Amino acid sequence: MTVKVKLFAILRERAGAAEVIKEIKEGSTVADLWAVLQQDYPKLAVPGIRLLYAVNQDYVKPDRVLKNADEVVFVPPVSGG
Amino acid sequence: MFRVTDKPINLQELVDCVTDPKAGAIATFIGTTRNNNEGRKVIALDYEAYPEMAEKELTRLGEEARKKWQICRMAIVHRVGPVQITEPSVMIAVSSAHREAAFAACRFAIEEIKRTVPIWKKEVYEGGEIWIGTQSGQPLNRS
Repeated sequence: MTVKVKLFAILRERAGAAEVIKEIKEGSTVADLWAVLQQDYPKLAVPGIRLLYAVNQDYVKPDRVLKNADEVVFVPPVSGG
Repeated sequence: MFRVTDKPINLQELVDCVTDPKAGAIATFIGTTRNNNEGRKVIALDYEAYPEMAEKELTRLGEEARKKWQICRMAIVHRVGPVQITEPSVMIAVSSAHREAAFAACRFAIEEIKRTVPIWKKEVYEGGEIWIGTQSGQPLNRS
């Protein structure tokens, strides 16, 4: 199955991509996807960064199991305002 | 009205949006771009959002404010893209029957924006740029 990953801010810059379509195994979690992505884009591993996780525009825990066509965002520390 | 925009924000538009015959108060907040931060001379801020989720989170925090205080209406607009010194990056307006609720909900909204809404600011300062909140920046190489 495939999921769509959107990258923003520091992660977008480090990956050099705003959107990635990724083939993953059934049963993969958000944390599994993050591990795989860091292999594809080693620069995504920002030392000390605290990420939040969103699937289909809602915050989720990293153990959330992904479904086909989910939209996944790894949310770097927000700084609006 | 809970919106992300790449255009300058118009306060009157927010005030009109929260105007309500039951309201005795409208509180507003404007976040502006200052020329210094932690000893750095700031040239501009550059905001980026995950727009669909940012608007959803703004709407959610509006609903939360409604549970906590007796407010009539709330409007929040956050700007994305480059924002120059002195320009507003965010505006909030809240109306309520009595002023306490409007002030409290307005304060709550800006604190929640800074905590949960997927919007990021990059500070462009003299000598470099940095994504605020990540402790990760790099000197600009403008040679």
